[in-house]
Amino acid sequence: MKFLNWLLLLPFIALLWVPFYNRVTPTLCGIPFFYWYQFAWIPLTSLIIWIVWKMGGSNHESH
Amino acid sequence: MNHTDSHTDFWAPVVFIIFFVLTILIGSSIQQIRTLLGSRVATNNSLEEWGLGGRHFGPWITWFLIGGDFYTAYTVIALPALVYAKGAFGFFAMPYTIIVYPFIFFVMPKLWQIARDNGYSTAADIVRARFDSRTLEIIVAITGIAAVIPYMALQLVGIRDVVETLGLPAVTSLIIAFLALAAYTWLGGLHAPALTAFIKDVMIYITVLVAVTLIPLHIHGGYSTLLANPSGSDTVLKAGQALPFATLALSSALAGFLYPHTLTGVLASRSADTIRQNAVFLPIYTILLGLISMLGFMAHAVGINTDTAHHGLIVPLLFLKVFPSWFAGFCLASIAVGALIPAAVMAIGAANLVTKNILPPQKDQKTMVRTSRVAAFLTKLGALLCILFLTTKFALNFQLLGCVVILQTFPAVIMGLMRLRLSTEAILTGWVVGSAVGVGLTLADGLKPFHFLHFGFVSGNVSTALFSMVLNCIVVLLVSWVRPGTLPHHMTHPHLKGETTKFPLAEPYM
Repeated sequence: MKFLNWLLLLPFIALLWVPFYNRVTPTLCGIPFFYWYQFAWIPLTSLIIWIVWKMGGSNHESH
Repeated sequence: MNHTDSHTDFWAPVVFIIFFVLTILIGSSIQQIRTLLGSRVATNNSLEEWGLGGRHFGPWITWFLIGGDFYTAYTVIALPALVYAKGAFGFFAMPYTIIVYPFIFFVMPKLWQIARDNGYSTAADIVRARFDSRTLEIIVAITGIAAVIPYMALQLVGIRDVVETLGLPAVTSLIIAFLALAAYTWLGGLHAPALTAFIKDVMIYITVLVAVTLIPLHIHGGYSTLLANPSGSDTVLKAGQALPFATLALSSALAGFLYPHTLTGVLASRSADTIRQNAVFLPIYTILLGLISMLGFMAHAVGINTDTAHHGLIVPLLFLKVFPSWFAGFCLASIAVGALIPAAVMAIGAANLVTKNILPPQKDQKTMVRTSRVAAFLTKLGALLCILFLTTKFALNFQLLGCVVILQTFPAVIMGLMRLRLSTEAILTGWVVGSAVGVGLTLADGLKPFHFLHFGFVSGNVSTALFSMVLNCIVVLLVSWVRPGTLPHHMTHPHLKGETTKFPLAEPYM
C-alpha cells in the first residue's frame, strides 16, 4: 500500500499551482474562490493524511 | 489611541495583567503542580526531562505544544498586519501551514525514531551521527541558534506591541516579560510551555472565534463585503504575485520544522504515531490562522489607521476598538501568553543545542541541566538585547536571513534520512554554496525575501531561501555522485534497529 504515499503530494499540487485558484468566482456565500478553496484544503489535507496513515501501513514502520 | 473612555484605560490592563501573571505562575510552578497530581516523573534533574519532557508527551499535549509553538503570537500580530498592508498576498501562510503537514507526516516519524532509539535530542545530534562529522554538527547547531534568536526577539516585540497599546511603559514591561519568561523556563523546562500551551490555546481560540463572529456583524454585508471590496488591498493576487506566493509558502513549509523549537516539540512526542496523529489534527490550527489573517481586512473595514512603521499594532488596536475593554484585555493577554510559550520552547531548543552540540561533553546530568538553564537564559538575553538596543527592523532582517540559513540545513537533516549515499564533503560543499548564494542575494537585494530570476520562458520573483536551498541540494547530489559516502545507519544496520525497537521503553504508553 506504499503507493498511497503519493496522495501526500496532492495538497502540494493543489496549493502551489496558484493560477488555478487565484480567482474571485465561483464565490461561496459571497466569499471569493481564492479564500474558500484554501480553507477547503485544510480538512481535505487532514483526510488525505488520515487515509495514508490508516491504510498505507506506515504505522508499522517500513523495514 | 482612544483615551476618551476612562474604562478602556483601566479594565483592559487589569484583565491583561491578571491572565498574563496567572499563566506565568502556573508555568513556573509546574513541578509542584505535577507532584501534587502524582505525576510519574516529577524531577527536572536530567536534560532529557528538562529539555525534552522525558519524551513522553502524548497526542494531546503534543497537539497543544506544537500548535502553541508553531503558530506563534507573532503570527497573530504579523499576519493580519501583512494582510492589512498587502491584501491577498498575506494569505501565503495558508498554503504554507497546510502543505507542512504531509511533509511532517512523511518525514518526522523517521527522524523521531532515530532520535529516540539513540537518545538524540537535536537536529545536530542526528546529523553528527549520520555523517560522523563534528564540523557538520557545529554548523547545524550554530545555524539553529542564529535562526531562533531573532524569532524569539519577535515574540518579545509581540509582547511589547500589546503592552504599548494598553498604555503601559514599553521598556519596563519588556524587561518584566523577559524575567517572567526566564523564571518560567528555568524552573519548568519543557513541561512549562507544554502544559501552559493549553491555557494559551483556549484563550486564543476564544479571542479569534469571538472576533471573527462579532466583528463582521458590525460591518454591513458581513464577510462578502469584507472580502469583495477590501478597501485599499486586493481580493486576489496581482499579476506576478503568484510565483513569490507559492515559493514563499513552500520555503516556509520546508523550513518550518527545521527550527530548534518546532523540532523539540516533535522529538518530545512519546511515539511515532503521536506525530502521525498530530499531522492529521494539527491543521485545525490552520483554520484559526486563516481566520486570524481575516483580521487584517476587518481592521480596514472598521477604519483602523496606522502608519507603516506601526502595522504591528493593528490587531491590538482593532480589539480595543471593537470589544468592551475587559474583553480586549483578555484578548491582548492571549497574544502575550501566545508569545511566551514559543519563546520558552525556542530558548529550550537553543539551550539543548548549546549543551549537547557546542560545548564539550558534560560530566553528569545535573551539570547538563544547569548548563542548559544558563544557555536558555543567555539566548533569551540575546533576544532581549536585540530589540532593546537594535531595532525591530533589525530583528526582522535577522529573521529573514535566519530563514535562508536554516533551509541550508535541509540536505543534512532531511536528505540524510533518504536512501542516498551522501558524503560529508558533499553536504559541506552544498552548505557553503547555498549559504553564500542565499545570504549574498538577500543582502544584494536589500534584505528582501525574493530574488528576480529568469528560467528560459518563465521569469519572476522567487523565494531566495528556496532558490539557494535547491542549489544546495543540487551541489550535494553532484558531489555525492562523484565522491559517494555511506547510506544512513538505520538502512545499513537494520538488525540494530530491530533490537532497539524491542527495547523495553519502545512504546510503553501507547
